Amino acid sequence: MPRQTFERELQRLQDELLVLGSMVEHAIADSVDALKKRDLEWSRQLVADDRLINEKRFQIEADVLTLIATQQPIAGDLRVLASTLEIAAELERMGDYAKGIAKISLMIGEEPLIKPLIDIPRMAAKAREMLHRALDAFVRRDIEAARAIPAEDDEVDNLYNQVYRELITLILANPKNIDQANHLLWAAHNLERTADRVTNICERVIFTVTGQMLEIGKEHSGYRLG
Amino acid sequence: MIRLNFELPSLTLGKSAALDVSSPSSEEDSYALEVRDLNVYYGSFRAVKDINLKLPKRKITAFIGPSGCGKSTLLRTFNRMNDLIPGVRVEGEVLFNGHNIYAPGVDAVEVRRRIGMVFQKPNPFPKSIYENIAWGARINGYRGNMDELVEQTLRQAALWDEVKDKLYQSGLSLSGGQQQRLCIARAIAIKPEIILMDEPASALDPISTLKIEELMRHLAENYTIVVVTHNMQQAARISDYTAFLMMDEDRAGYLVEYGTTAQIFTNPREKATEDYITGRFG
Repeated sequence: MPRQTFERELQRLQDELLVLGSMVEHAIADSVDALKKRDLEWSRQLVADDRLINEKRFQIEADVLTLIATQQPIAGDLRVLASTLEIAAELERMGDYAKGIAKISLMIGEEPLIKPLIDIPRMAAKAREMLHRALDAFVRRDIEAARAIPAEDDEVDNLYNQVYRELITLILANPKNIDQANHLLWAAHNLERTADRVTNICERVIFTVTGQMLEIGKEHSGYRLG
Repeated sequence: MIRLNFELPSLTLGKSAALDVSSPSSEEDSYALEVRDLNVYYGSFRAVKDINLKLPKRKITAFIGPSGCGKSTLLRTFNRMNDLIPGVRVEGEVLFNGHNIYAPGVDAVEVRRRIGMVFQKPNPFPKSIYENIAWGARINGYRGNMDELVEQTLRQAALWDEVKDKLYQSGLSLSGGQQQRLCIARAIAIKPEIILMDEPASALDPISTLKIEELMRHLAENYTIVVVTHNMQQAARISDYTAFLMMDEDRAGYLVEYGTTAQIFTNPREKATEDYITGRFG
């Protein structure tokens, strides 16, 4: 194999991306768990830990740029590296959403929750699971999985709509609930956006394998590289 | 199918009837060369097989591929340079402006005048810089102002500013990169339509290489350029189209993939191309 060093670097970079993915998966699950358990100390820690996610993303970005500058990757290698940059950016944004949920938990503070959290943790679990499988599809260059995962976003959207209706009902029943209901709606919104961004990762998997740049669900309007 | 004998073609000067291009069709007009079912043999050994290719006008086409895959052999068929090698036989057609350069009666010297060549190692004549340019024009019957032609040609080759004060020094006194630009100037002085370049920068340092590459991009505004290069990044930087050749099991070179350079280097269709350009083999 003539390019062992480069191969090793590509592999290492992919491992780093998975580490970042794992950090984000935990941040999503933990931020909702801390919100549910009203563990403010944990929420505070999660807000602070977002810095680690950001640093990991910058490190990956720097490594990709170094590889481009020093190894002149082309064709499939170039697409992998371009996708790595994109996916790292998506993961970092998901980390921000998790941090946002931790902040919401702090804003709610010592107040008791106006409702037991059931659907929001379901949304978090689903988004996290979709993210895990999307990253797995990237590693395995599995375009079938990448095409299938985004359809599951409907489940997250349905849960969001359910949370929305429930919170509106609580607001109508008692205007004192407005503040917290608004906060919880934001938490649900963050999870809904997280699942949307999983779709972006899936689109990058397809690009990595085929060179096709498309929005899943709007395949007719894509752009093919080369 | 045309089989050539091994004799050198006649060396008559002047335009050959077979190369008259007074009324090219629009299809022919967009391609400088069209290669049809080309096979090249060294004796009984087939070096290049079944090549079909159309090279667009005023574009740079790069030939890439592992050593021994027939890139240079193929390039040399485009101006009948292989005629000069004993035992070479060419089958198929190379259409220049719609006319087969291997048709009987075609004057190979005239072919080479209109399809020039620049080689890997700079090979200026052991004469003055001025004479390196003027000589070809003179023997081709140029009757205009020679000083003007020399200046204009050296300017086109991005060499004028560096040599204008020493036009009567030997071409061999120049640096390697300058010598190569002098050879390019010599090639364009006789107003060819196509310039073939066989590894034109592989013997040069990086700065001289970049100067040659810039010059090639500039020349492509007026000329069709076909370049053989081992330097994949160079092919990516300078060419509009890329052809990837490989050796088959019988060691004959064949065309694996041909497309725009953007396509070949970002999303090649063939796995063999991907493996080669990403350095997985070859």
